Amino acid sequence: MDRSLNLLDEALGLDNGDSNPSETRLLLLIEDCVETSASFVLHHLIKRSLSPHSSALVVFVAFAQPFSHYDRILRKMGCNLVVQRDNKRFLFLDMLTLECPDGDGEKTCKGGLLDLYGKIQKAVEVSVLTGGTRSITIMIDDISLMEVAANGSSNHVLDFLHYCQTLTTEFGCSLVFLNHKDIYSSMERSTLILQMEYLAEVIIRAEPLATGLAPDVHGQLTVMNKGICDGPQTLQTKMCNFHFRIKENCVEYFYPGSRT
Amino acid sequence: MAESICRALRDGALEGEHAPALTIKDSIASPFGPHVFNHVLAQLSSNILARKSQSQGIVLVALSRSPSFYVDLLKSGGIDVYSLHKWLRVLDCYTDPLGWKGRLVECGSITNLSPEASNKVRLCKDVRNLDNLSSLIIEMGKELVGQGKGRFSVAIDSATDMLRHASISSVAALLSSLRSHAQVSCAFWLLHSDLHEVRVTSVLEYMSSMLANVEPMTQSTNEQRGNSENFSLLEQNSKRGKFNVRMKRRNGRVRLMFEEFCIEQSGIKFTSVSSDGGMVTQSLVPKVQFNLQLSEKERIERAKVVLPFEHQGNGKSIEIYDGRRYLNENKTETISNFDEKLQTNEDPGRGEIIYFRDSDDERPDSDEDPDDDLDI
Repeated sequence: MDRSLNLLDEALGLDNGDSNPSETRLLLLIEDCVETSASFVLHHLIKRSLSPHSSALVVFVAFAQPFSHYDRILRKMGCNLVVQRDNKRFLFLDMLTLECPDGDGEKTCKGGLLDLYGKIQKAVEVSVLTGGTRSITIMIDDISLMEVAANGSSNHVLDFLHYCQTLTTEFGCSLVFLNHKDIYSSMERSTLILQMEYLAEVIIRAEPLATGLAPDVHGQLTVMNKGICDGPQTLQTKMCNFHFRIKENCVEYFYPGSRT
Repeated sequence: MAESICRALRDGALEGEHAPALTIKDSIASPFGPHVFNHVLAQLSSNILARKSQSQGIVLVALSRSPSFYVDLLKSGGIDVYSLHKWLRVLDCYTDPLGWKGRLVECGSITNLSPEASNKVRLCKDVRNLDNLSSLIIEMGKELVGQGKGRFSVAIDSATDMLRHASISSVAALLSSLRSHAQVSCAFWLLHSDLHEVRVTSVLEYMSSMLANVEPMTQSTNEQRGNSENFSLLEQNSKRGKFNVRMKRRNGRVRLMFEEFCIEQSGIKFTSVSSDGGMVTQSLVPKVQFNLQLSEKERIERAKVVLPFEHQGNGKSIEIYDGRRYLNENKTETISNFDEKLQTNEDPGRGEIIYFRDSDDERPDSDEDPDDDLDI
């Protein structure tokens, strides 16, 4: 069941894992809102990356929830994060109490986003040196809380994201970051979210249905694939929109009107 | 018009004048500025290789894409990679723009695995210092063309990133010093307009002799850009868009041009819209299922209709038909009167307005005071 492709995987251009995993590298932005949380997309991607068929590494930067939270959810989905962590396939960076020192921590390498970046790059380097060509995914949950940790300096967050982006080109990593769109809605010029949209190659947007909530539809996802001609991958679908229903241990995806 | 831009960049600067400069501007609704930038870069490169252009080399300041991306881009455009070092220099502001990696290596947290800088790529570790950046660009250009009269072009792949690290005044100073440098043939840069204040974009537009504006095919009317109700709109804008060009001449004349583009696997394709200019006037009337315009016959018939009060005041008694049956005889009489009149005009057609009252229960209009039962 879990290896079969669903609409989300198709929209993201992920395949069954037969081809070279490094070809599926992407810069993915997930946008959600208060009414419709998109954290299930993150969980889905963790599970996909950690499936027994691949040897991928996930570097998870958590600003939002502690390890036990993700562990419980993923266990229900049939993926044991503790085991994966011991196997060095799941690196959990707990940033719940991160506080950036004033002045961006420029002078020293201790603390702040610079230190965090150092940890990520180190993990990536170690993995590349030991694990060969296995794919690496860096996930950040979520950017708005990172901005809080950076004392509200969105510029500092963008610098950090840029450095993460250089990892994608240097080591072929994927980068997945979650942000909340509606917290920027009243701003005159919401630079951070716009910058992230420019940066991302694929944007997944989770929204409630326009008509409000329905008992068997929990929201809709819009996947926008900018398909930047950056490398050999060609993605057939550029845009799609479908509904989803979150169940106890999986999520159903379907086109509007295909369920009664 | 993309072609005329490339031609202007190819022809370069006149002796003693500023080099032509191009601002490529886009917004999130149509984020294809990088495609246009890549197109202009590839065109200029092939012009340089064919020795058709004034400039003999390009200094590319890479802020938003890695140098290897551009090398791959030129390679896929069929340009010989082995000759690249003769005419291309890349200032790498992408890999380590703030010196974080350098500092981490010093601290010992990471080892340096970054690709070694080759003779055509030079690493810049502090983008915030624009004076240094400016002198680096000039230095690399001189490496390419020598000290003499040769000229080179400057391409900056994201003025937006530059503006994030430095103030608009210092960026403007950098661009203006590049334009006025005697060895610079032309310059172009990319800007995401919605990330900056209007003030900032207009400063850069003033400094450029050409502006290429990438716009969506159809603007979303409501502010909720991402709402999925606009899904079809998004889809429409995901491959195509409008390309507006403004070129300023030396004498102050401004030329506006307009093209459309679509994104294909091989790159960006421009199509002119002048060929179907006739379509524009026709399409001013929206295409609908019913007629919005009258045919000639219908217009004549409408002109013949005698409006209800038109005939009054020509000596006949004034009669107002209120729909009651007992006036029917009078009405037919009136109509026959009209018949005569129309026939004397030697016009067989006849227009009339037929009005039936909804029901007989309704009280006909009268001069009675509707409020006379009020006890005041």
